[in-house]
Order: sequence, then C-alpha cells, then structure tokens
Amino acid sequence: MPAIGTPQLKLLEKLCNAVAVSGDEGEVRQIVLEEIKGHVEDIKVDALGNVLVTKKGTTAKRLRVMVSAHMDEVGFMLVADDGEGIYRFEPVGGLDIRQLVGKPIWVGREHTPGVIGARPIHLTTAEERKRKIPLDNLRIDLGPTGKAKLGDRATFATQFQRNGPVLIAKALDNRFGVVTLIELLKHAPPNIDLLAAFTVQEEVGLRGAKVAAHALNPDLAIAVDSTPAFDLPAWDDEPSSFYNTRLGLGPAIYIADGATLSDPRLVRHLTATGDAGKIPYQFRQPGGGGTDAGAIHRARAGIPSVSVSVPHRYAHTAALIARLDDWKNTLTLLHAALAHLTPSVLAGERA
Amino acid sequence: MKRLIQTLTETFSPSGYEGAIRDVIRKEVKPLAAELRVDALGNLIARKGTKGGKRIMIAGHMDEIGLIVNHVDENGFLRFTTIGGIRPHTLTGGRVRFMDGTPGVIGTDFSKDAGRLPAVDQCFIDIGATSAGDCPIKVGDVCAFERPFLDLGKRLVAKSMDDRIGCAVMIETMRALKSSPHEVYFVFSTQEEVGLRGAQTATFGLDPEIGISIDVTLTGDTPKARQMAVSLGRGPAIKIRDGGMLADPRVVDWMIRSAEKARLPYQREVLEGGTTDAKAMQVSRAGVPAGCISIPSRYVHSPSEMVDHDDVQNAVKLLTTMLSKPVEL
Repeated sequence: MPAIGTPQLKLLEKLCNAVAVSGDEGEVRQIVLEEIKGHVEDIKVDALGNVLVTKKGTTAKRLRVMVSAHMDEVGFMLVADDGEGIYRFEPVGGLDIRQLVGKPIWVGREHTPGVIGARPIHLTTAEERKRKIPLDNLRIDLGPTGKAKLGDRATFATQFQRNGPVLIAKALDNRFGVVTLIELLKHAPPNIDLLAAFTVQEEVGLRGAKVAAHALNPDLAIAVDSTPAFDLPAWDDEPSSFYNTRLGLGPAIYIADGATLSDPRLVRHLTATGDAGKIPYQFRQPGGGGTDAGAIHRARAGIPSVSVSVPHRYAHTAALIARLDDWKNTLTLLHAALAHLTPSVLAGERA
Repeated sequence: MKRLIQTLTETFSPSGYEGAIRDVIRKEVKPLAAELRVDALGNLIARKGTKGGKRIMIAGHMDEIGLIVNHVDENGFLRFTTIGGIRPHTLTGGRVRFMDGTPGVIGTDFSKDAGRLPAVDQCFIDIGATSAGDCPIKVGDVCAFERPFLDLGKRLVAKSMDDRIGCAVMIETMRALKSSPHEVYFVFSTQEEVGLRGAQTATFGLDPEIGISIDVTLTGDTPKARQMAVSLGRGPAIKIRDGGMLADPRVVDWMIRSAEKARLPYQREVLEGGTTDAKAMQVSRAGVPAGCISIPSRYVHSPSEMVDHDDVQNAVKLLTTMLSKPVEL
C-alpha cells in the first residue's frame, strides 16, 4: 500500500522548490525520471516533453487506465532586457497581476534570485496606492550581476515549509499530483495497465495531455491535480456559498468543471470506493476551470474521464497552504479506486 | 411528427446526462437502423444505407442547456451554475426539473436596484425543502427547464427545440429514407452545448467523408430583431457560415441543388455568432467537408423556442432527397 511518509514529503519538497514553468519542465521531469527509474521499464519522453510510463498488470481482462499529473507550474517569461539586470516579463498561465508586486523570484535553470520590484510607499501618493499597478509598470530586478536571457522562465522564490499537518509552498499545484502519481506507479495494482502521464503545458491549455492521450489511447482516464479552496470565514458572517473546495474534507472529486463533464460511471466508482473504505472525499463545486481531463476525454473516439484534486488555498500565488491529511486521503482513495477497477465499471452506457 | 417532437422536447437531458433522451431516441430508431451503438461519450450512432458506400455523418445533438447545483444552503435552497449558454434573464420565475423528477422554481436574491438583472450567482432553486437535511438534491445534481410543448398550429414551441428538433428531423429522415447508396451514420450527439464534445469524438471514431449537422439557427423576423436574413416558415436554412465554421461550398451547392430539384423552399444562412457540431466535424483528423441544415428558430436558449412545422418537414424532405441519390462533391 502506498503511503505518505518522510521520503514522500522530501520528494514533494524537492519538487516544489524546483522551477518548471510551462514549456520548460526539464527540472521536474529529471526528478520524475530519477524517481521512477528501476520501478518501471517502459518509460518514454514524447515530443512535447511528457513523461509517459506504462506499468502492465498481471491479471486477465485489464482496463488500460491513464492517470495524468501535470509537471508544469505558472510563472513568468522574460520578454525584454531594460539593462542593468532589469527585465520586463509576461505571465505564463493564469496569474493575478495584483499579487506579483514585491515578490522574490527565481529566474532560469540556475534559479538566479531576483525580485518583482515596486515603488516604495515613501515615493507614492495616497491616490496612486488605490490603483492596481499594471503589468507594464512591473519589472524583474536581478541586480547588475544577474545574468538572464530573454525567454528565460521565472517563478516565485518560495521555499517549501512544513509545520506538522500544514504544508506551505509554491507549485503544490501540481507537485501534489506528481508525487501521487509516482507513488501509484511504485504500487500499481495488478488488475490494470497503469498508463502514467506526467504532462507538460497544462497551465497554458492542457497541451501536453492532449497529445499524451492520443498516444496512450486508454480505456479511461483520471487526472490528478490540485484545486483551490476558498473556505475562509466570510467577513460579514454570511456563510460563503462559493468556496470550490474546503481544506480538511479530503480529496475533491470533480462532477463538472469548465472543460469536462466527468463520466458519471467514474464519479460513482470513486465515491463507492471512498464509502466502502471510509476514505473521506468531497465534491469540487461544479463551475469553471479545468484539468488535463478536459483534453483527454476529447481525444480520439472519446475517453471516459474524471479528475481528483488535493485542495489548497491561495492557488496560483507565491505561497499555497494545504493539509497533509487531504493529500494522504487523495493517494489512498486513488489507489483503492484503481485496485477495484474492473471492466464492469464501464460495462453500462454513460448515463 | 408533432407527437414525436413533443416527446423529444419534454424529456430532460442536459449536456453530459443524455441517458433519458438517448433511451427515447433509441426506441424510435431501433426498427429503422441496420446497426445501433453507444460510444464512450454517450453518442447514439445509428447506421443506415449501403455498407461500403460513401461514409456520411449526420449529427444532431441530444443534449440541452441546463443547470448544475453547486451549493445547498442550510435552509435547503440550491445555488447553481450553468451547463451551456444560459442567459440570466431567462432564469427568473422559471421552473426546472431534476433528473430524478424533482421539480423546482427559480428565485432571486433581493436587490435594491430592481431594474438590474440578477446574475446567475444571485439566483437559487427552491424545491420546497426546509433544510439541507430534508433536501433530496445534492451538489452536482443537474436539472433542465420545465416547460410543456405548445402546439400553435403552424408554429411549435418548446424548451430544447435546440436541438431535439434536429433529432426529430433525423429520426423522420431515417423513416422516410427507403434506400441510400451511402453508408449513413445518424449521430445523436452529446455535450454539444458545452463545446461540441460528443461530435468531436464521434467524428474521429467514424472517420466520415462528408459531415452534415442538423441544428437550429436564429432568425431576424421578430420586432426590432437583430438583422438576419432568415425567417420562420421560409424553409430550412442552408448554412453558408456561422461563428465557428465556413461550410464547404461543395456541400452548400449539393444542398441547394437538391432543394431546387425537389422544389423545396430553402433559405441561405449567414449566422454571426454560434456554431454547430459541423465545426467539430470539419476539423476532425485530416479534415472533413462539412455543412449544416438549420431549422430557423426564435427565442433560442430560452424555455420557449419556436419553430415552424413546415420548415421542419421540408428539412426532412431535403435531407431525405440528398441521401437518396449518389453524390460527387
């Protein structure tokens, strides 16, 4: 049985501290390849940089099950050199420009330190401080010795921290999924062929998953991701009705998001697995957003798909916060669900 | 045919949950099809005609717009988000029905600004529950608009004419089509309203040589309407373009030729926004010549969509004529 212990937490830390902005996922890919080496035989890196791994089962009549986790994270790309180590940049993936000011960052494969600077309070007027600073006015400042090239990626310089059950890091979206998928591969149940896809470019439009699904051509797919929780007490004491997920309630099973209407047969299989094993789970509130499943289910002649996410607060910012138990329960639920997958799950028609 | 249209439009099946409408359609087409199957995304695919002939895919979507619950509050009121292109002004005062048959009404938050339309997240569904505890509906449950079919004689009104009327045209064409030199696949597709998803995968699976969708289009024939040269009652509309597709001119010519030869009324359609399954068919694999026969419809994506009965019957005749004879594009 897979479990989250010290080695898995160490791996999560290493992956969260790595820089793998969409399109330049090499650092995380290298860690993934090293981790799975020796545990699986059939490993491919495809044209877009996805790591595709096949772990065959041993029983008769096995479903071919794709499980995907994206390796990339949101960040920045340097787009113009203003001289003296000062660069203009563009966001890569969905970032709120209001949250960038004053953040330390790492640039490029060497993690060159820098900062997204802003005019200090001493030199601004009260009126100026009411307005949001547009992207055009923001710069990455590396100092005069900071060497970088146009096109280099950058991301928040946030060191992973753990305080008992609390995890704080950047890029928990989706290094949670990456470690989970590594553990599933190492403990793959014999009743399925596990087709693991560590995907690229999810944050810029599910691009890696699209080609991975075409290549793997599975019977069904599960995307493992991490999703926002906005479960803070409301300021006016009104209970919030829009929270997406809540910390501490377990893995979030998707029924519908902006990119996928989950296959109801797979949703039922996941909830039945959770109920039978007394594994806590919650439903992500139906709404917008998307995961790799959005591309996978539309591949070829159609692939029944669902997503499961570890909840976290403060998505796509410099520091996310999550609960260890939610992650543990996600791994437990997924492993149990895979171990109980038989062709009968898809025998009936989609509702 | 009116009875069929009534049955189809009074069935509840929002995108992703097409099981109920698929069962209704399957019952109709089972005696008419040489082969019938359901694919991974729930598309119902019926084959007719001559095996080995030109593979022609006809697609009309079974799904309809709807709502999906995303929160049940402590008093049993349901907050929701949309499935497909719901316009908020069509919600207030509406009635819905969940897949388990539970009915509900739509209410709105109080607003000091009475003239302002409530946004979707300011609306809720009331199913008569008094607490979260006695509310049988859960997060993730889906519903569609409740509105009975209305026969106005020449004009017919219902929810989900988009695109049950296309399904009706396809079913009646299967009935009328005595023989065809083509290998025709009638695809009752899923998840069109959320992005042509069913048609995309069905097309990949069937790999057709020609693709035609049957769907509704807008009209410009109501008071102070947006300008559009399509009216109810002037015949099925042959699509030249819409917001997502430039119809293959050879397919357009084929449709016009067939209509003129059979002396059927038709209209040329240029639609500014919106699109149909034909968009997904056209760009599948290495590309598919595609077009669309549209049923002109007023009040599309409201609970009262109106079509003209003659247009519907002429669409059946046009499609039947086209599929009866050999074609070289």
